[in-house]
Amino acid sequence: MAKTVKIYSTPTCPYCTRAKDYLKKNNISFENIDVSEDQDKAQEMVKLSGQMGVPVIDIDGTVIVGFDQERIAETLGL
Amino acid sequence: MYDLMIIGAGPAGITASVYAARKRINTVVITGDVGGQAAWSGDIENYTGYQFITGPDLTNKFEEHMEQYKLPIKLHEMIDDLAREGDRIVARTRNGSYSAKAAIIATGKLSRELGVPGEKEFKNKGVSYCATCDGPVFAGKDVAVIGGGNSALDAALQLIRIGRKVYLINIAGSLTGDPIMREKVEGAPNVTVMNKTKVTAVLGDKFVSGITVCPVNGGREEACLAPTTVNVQGVFVEIGLVPSSGFVRGVRKNDRGEIMVNARNETDVPGIFAAGDVTDVVEKQIIIAAGEGSKACLSAFKYLSRLK
Repeated sequence: MAKTVKIYSTPTCPYCTRAKDYLKKNNISFENIDVSEDQDKAQEMVKLSGQMGVPVIDIDGTVIVGFDQERIAETLGL
Repeated sequence: MYDLMIIGAGPAGITASVYAARKRINTVVITGDVGGQAAWSGDIENYTGYQFITGPDLTNKFEEHMEQYKLPIKLHEMIDDLAREGDRIVARTRNGSYSAKAAIIATGKLSRELGVPGEKEFKNKGVSYCATCDGPVFAGKDVAVIGGGNSALDAALQLIRIGRKVYLINIAGSLTGDPIMREKVEGAPNVTVMNKTKVTAVLGDKFVSGITVCPVNGGREEACLAPTTVNVQGVFVEIGLVPSSGFVRGVRKNDRGEIMVNARNETDVPGIFAAGDVTDVVEKQIIIAAGEGSKACLSAFKYLSRLK
């Protein structure tokens, strides 16, 4: 079954863009959460990851901070 | 043992790796990330062939070009120490070591750190080096920007719109960025500029809750017996860049810490070459770093051919 992928990002962060490009390149569908548009979601991200940097990627509950290509690939089984 | 190791995968390292692959040099690329500072650039309008491209897009293009050759790439690998040992160059990481007959250092520059207590501990927990990236998370909060040059002013201008109160903590007597940006920052109602002030610590529990600051006088370090606390939830450090050359041992560097190279990208140690922003090359530009990477690889190729 396909995994649920959420990415907390801002439109201006380069590594958010790179992370999204990477997911698209691997045909992974994901929900993009723009934390600059939604303060509640920004706080949700801080709670979830225990830190304040973007991007944060949530793959079925596995939380990855930053564009950590290896961990993303491993978690998604790519 | 490899013939060549390329340290870093920004414009210089990636270009060097493309040349190395095409010369069929037995190469390994070791890097923390891909793209380096280029990935952080906004709009790029001076890279030949692209009238306009963003930093992340150009980085993707570079990466695709490099990946086409299937070189071994060790990602998220930080080198603690690199030096010539006998007839080989040895790079040590936390997990092990790599050896090669030659090395190209292309590790670029990194954000300069404040070097005060609490800074490392609260990195990404309120301490950020990229207002563009992390700024929106601080909406409605009080923040401090550390620095007085263009990048600090740029960060302040972004945060003025997002945050509640913005403190600009500047060690110099006045702001040094472009006048047009200075006027905008100084004219904003929610900004407090604190000149001749240095940060002495970052405070907090789980997240940043404040900083302590001290006045500085004419560069003289006066004993600061009663530092002032400024309550902020975010600290944006914008005090420039430093070459990431600290791990390279036994190679001549200038007073800024840049690795000194000649026109052939040779350092003073045989077999160790360097390229791009980590070196004393006269200009720091993406296209120059790429050109330097290519030159370094061609020099390394000649060096390796002579060894045989």
